[in-house]
Amino acid sequence: MFNSSDIEAFKNVWVFCEQRNGEMMPTTFELISEGRKLADELGVELCGILLGDDVDGIAPELGVYGADKVYVYNSPLLKTFTTDAYTKIITDAVAEFKPEILLFGASTIGRDLAPRCAARLHTGLCADCTHLDIDLDNYQKFLKEASTLPEDRIERTKSVKLAGADHSVARDLKMTRPAFGGHLMASIICPRFRPAMATVRPGVMKKRENRRTAEILHLIGADYIVSVGRGISKDVEKGLALAEELANELGGVVGASRACVDAGWIGADHQVGQTGKTVHPKVYIALGISGAIQHKAGMQESECIIAVNKNETAPIFECADYGIVGDLFKVVPELIESIRAAKAAK
Amino acid sequence: MKIFVTVKQVPDTSGTVAVNPDGTLDRASMQTIINPDDMNAVEAALTLKDELGCKVVAFTMGPPPAEGMLRELMAMGVDEGVLITAREFGGSDTYATSQIIAAAIDTYGVEPEDIILAGRQAIDGDTAQVGPQIAEKLHLPQVTYAGEIQKDGDVLTVKRILEDGYMTVKVHTPCMITCIKELNNPRYMNIGGIFECYNKQVVTMTYETLKDHPLIDKSTIGLLGSPTNILTSFTPPQKGAGMMLAGDGKETTDKLAGILAAKHII
Repeated sequence: MFNSSDIEAFKNVWVFCEQRNGEMMPTTFELISEGRKLADELGVELCGILLGDDVDGIAPELGVYGADKVYVYNSPLLKTFTTDAYTKIITDAVAEFKPEILLFGASTIGRDLAPRCAARLHTGLCADCTHLDIDLDNYQKFLKEASTLPEDRIERTKSVKLAGADHSVARDLKMTRPAFGGHLMASIICPRFRPAMATVRPGVMKKRENRRTAEILHLIGADYIVSVGRGISKDVEKGLALAEELANELGGVVGASRACVDAGWIGADHQVGQTGKTVHPKVYIALGISGAIQHKAGMQESECIIAVNKNETAPIFECADYGIVGDLFKVVPELIESIRAAKAAK
Repeated sequence: MKIFVTVKQVPDTSGTVAVNPDGTLDRASMQTIINPDDMNAVEAALTLKDELGCKVVAFTMGPPPAEGMLRELMAMGVDEGVLITAREFGGSDTYATSQIIAAAIDTYGVEPEDIILAGRQAIDGDTAQVGPQIAEKLHLPQVTYAGEIQKDGDVLTVKRILEDGYMTVKVHTPCMITCIKELNNPRYMNIGGIFECYNKQVVTMTYETLKDHPLIDKSTIGLLGSPTNILTSFTPPQKGAGMMLAGDGKETTDKLAGILAAKHII
């Protein structure tokens, strides 16, 4: 009989390797890379679990990113994702092999499947994580950089009260995620049950370097992103055309704020932010984006942020490395010319 | 045939959000709203009711003031409300919450024709876990991220929206569907509805009501029954202000391009 509270019986880190139409989802490689780090900190194996029909061929590449082993389940019934079949296979595999950690990408499939598995296994699941740690020193170092917590509060994170006794979290997975639209961060643990489960936000975890370069140009992973916001409302078509021209000049892609997506000016796959995608390009140019916290949550880790906005009090300027107060319809054509000239002068 | 809709009262995170010095949310200072995705679930239920004339029952778990939200939903056309409230239920994570709501729905009674609708996720936690977990606890099939729902007898055809396309899923009732904002535009309360809503029934289910249900056990509900615990919560530091470039003319953009080139950014 499977018993999720028999902590000692569980070992190894597992990653659900999501494929669609026989192609590995890019997030899988991010998860394998992150899973490798966790497995090393625990001194255990990293395993992938891959479900599909005739998908053996795409398993070996997971080794490039650090997987020690991949469990592959092939069946015509698993070709396309269904909640029932995938939940059955995964929970049966967990009951048989007992991994201590199980990670999923926070895709529309991962977020459908993981809660169902967690409920069946009677264990905890943390949604949409942006940071994972085992090692306590690394975790506390992360808190020093990423939080405003005082030293003594950080020091106290080494244990929690559990049924009246102090429980050391040294071997627990510490799962950090944004809550309340990014206003607050929380670190969650699952101390009494295994596996500790998490869905991980796509685009956040760094993928290991490898030889593969031929990937579809996509918002996640783009080096240059030019995003538009409500500021283009005056002339949506022209605003989008300017953003595209600037993005082309830089070899980048066009993103957008939620306002533009909600207004139907641009497709939802362009959306950056809490409900959209998290990106960390080399350069993020925000055109006419006021910078609501939900938007910032998706882009503030960019290496260089440039903001153009008519309103000098726009919150976007608080996280920008460079800001220009002005009308994007005037500034962008000038900026394109300036960049061309600067590149030509090199 | 009945449609159950699960709804949650949440702090409005789109406005200013106040944080206490200890890193927790200052809920007292914030407005509460009906969770936006839940409104789409309510609208989907009412659309089906308009077509089929079925009964719509809204379930919520929360403190007693959440009854006000149930009245608002009744003013939109919901027939009955169930308020699940008890000190024992407080501090529940998604696992424990779904355990309790599943017990409440099961106590009310699920029949073969019934449908449970939920919002995809609530804006306070953004987990999207409670819908699927209720379905699991009730042993019902689920379809998440519904962008279209059609009913034909005891079969629902649901367009499930993915990042890169969609799936069309057929599912038998009884089942759980989680709804996204693309599904519909929620209707407003109407004057007649506002008068009527106070004649409709709100059923309160407490720990006493549910304690004999197999899903309800002190070890699986509330703070102590939750598999996950909060280790710490904190506010992220604000990044320092950058360099504001004076003017909006060509000389300004030249200067910016010059800096970017000098730093090898372009």
